[in-house]
Amino acid sequence: MAKTIQEINEKIQQGKAVVFDAEEIIELVKQKGYKKAAAEVDVVTTGTFAPMCSSGAYFNIGHSNPRIKLGGGRVTLNEVPVYTGFAAVDLFLGATALPDDDPRNRIYPGRFAYGGAHVIEDLVAGKDVRLTAQAYGTDCYPRRQLDTWIRLEDMNEAVLFNMRNAYQNYNVAVNLSNHVIHTYMGVLQPKMRNATYCSAGQLSPLLNDPYYRTIGMGTAIFLGGGVGYVVGSGTQHNPTVPRGENGVPRMGAGTLCVTGNLKEMSDRWLRGASFTGYGTTLAVGIGVPIPILDEEILRYTSVADADLVAQVVDYSGAYPNCLPGSLGEVSYAKLKSGSITVNGQKVKTAGLSSYVRAKEIATILKQWIQSGSFLLTQPSVPLPSADSGIQFRPLEERNVSDKTAAVGL
Amino acid sequence: MAVKRLILNFPAHLVDQPVTYQLIRKFDLRVNILRARITPREEGRLMVEVSGRKSSLEAGLGYLAELGLAVEPLAREVTWHQERCIECSACVSICPTGALSVERSAMHVSFLGDKCIACELCVHVCPYKAMEIVF
Repeated sequence: MAKTIQEINEKIQQGKAVVFDAEEIIELVKQKGYKKAAAEVDVVTTGTFAPMCSSGAYFNIGHSNPRIKLGGGRVTLNEVPVYTGFAAVDLFLGATALPDDDPRNRIYPGRFAYGGAHVIEDLVAGKDVRLTAQAYGTDCYPRRQLDTWIRLEDMNEAVLFNMRNAYQNYNVAVNLSNHVIHTYMGVLQPKMRNATYCSAGQLSPLLNDPYYRTIGMGTAIFLGGGVGYVVGSGTQHNPTVPRGENGVPRMGAGTLCVTGNLKEMSDRWLRGASFTGYGTTLAVGIGVPIPILDEEILRYTSVADADLVAQVVDYSGAYPNCLPGSLGEVSYAKLKSGSITVNGQKVKTAGLSSYVRAKEIATILKQWIQSGSFLLTQPSVPLPSADSGIQFRPLEERNVSDKTAAVGL
Repeated sequence: MAVKRLILNFPAHLVDQPVTYQLIRKFDLRVNILRARITPREEGRLMVEVSGRKSSLEAGLGYLAELGLAVEPLAREVTWHQERCIECSACVSICPTGALSVERSAMHVSFLGDKCIACELCVHVCPYKAMEIVF
């Protein structure tokens, strides 16, 4: 009964495609079994809405008169510095960039009220953003300074580009120390009084296609409220970690690099976030459609929270010092129940990934497909999978003996 | 038994009055002080949970009004900006009273102002500035 993406797209165009989200499919499989469900269903939609620091956006702001070469100069958007190491008016803004006068963690824990992620949210919301620039001036680009208001619609291109997103599984964070710690996994209370996790579990894109059989370069997705595309595997893509019998990684594994037109996105699905004592980051809404090409893929999409596990990691010692090992393995069903047991201790849990919003994304994507406005894509290059041998490596520091040696000349 | 969570605003000339003592002794009320603060201009703010018989509570509140204290319900000081909340549940495990909670199957987050003691723990835990407490 194997189907092709082309066949599914024909059904979508005829308004006949059968679409379930990754939560609904679990129930359908319970009722009808894998074989019948696989024959009946054409697409399963997934969703996730969670913070990801490796998010950013690039812009072409258009040429001023007289022209200015921002490349090699200094530019800020709402006082947040952007990267200018390109041509005259191309800029890249990262989610974690902070204004120069933000006190960071000098007054601990820092608040990080506004950063690059918030600029992206403001731009997407249609707000005016203040652009200031200092450049060195050339014969062809004589201008040296700029100070203007700019908004998304004024720009030639505005493109979200997240080099790492949609993590396939992630750590559960706890704190074994005697004092409060502030991390990208939130505020962690001493002596393991709380635990935080960050995955949509059974709705999460890569947990529903664990070997990346249908997701790859070019896959069209829901991104930030608009249509985006998978560029390829994201940074730190680590497909060779231990997996369960269902094929799903038991810890952080695959990642996606994604991109899309920022002008088509919405501030409901791109939200600046401030993690006390840590920094700013961007919550990004992503939804990936999974074509049910055969029974095996259907089987993968029917995975439930009870079958998905994550590792509990101490963020006061093991994580910062790169010490391997886990304090235990817990299921997403337990994490979502409100408490887990670690080393015999009951620990309250809190999510950083919004399950409610993940479900909303999966539902929106389902509606797009049902209405015929969104077609599936055949990936042009698959993501490296469990058999690729690709492994995420630490930095190997090497001794710099001659500190006066010329660099880069 | 009636319970009220209140903010008592003391003008400068009443800051040294033993108001809670009188509430306990004269009106037979249980007063649980949640937080207290005196501003640089010597106005005082007391966040209390007062409980007792309904009639006693009313009489006690009458006494406070007569003294010239401005009394506000605590709920007014705590705001859950629902439009900013993404319902991630980061705040829920840190809330000591269960004022912030999750409806477990669909994972919807809700806030019950009556249960809040304005400890402010959630304010710094929420990455989206959805909780605001003025005290």
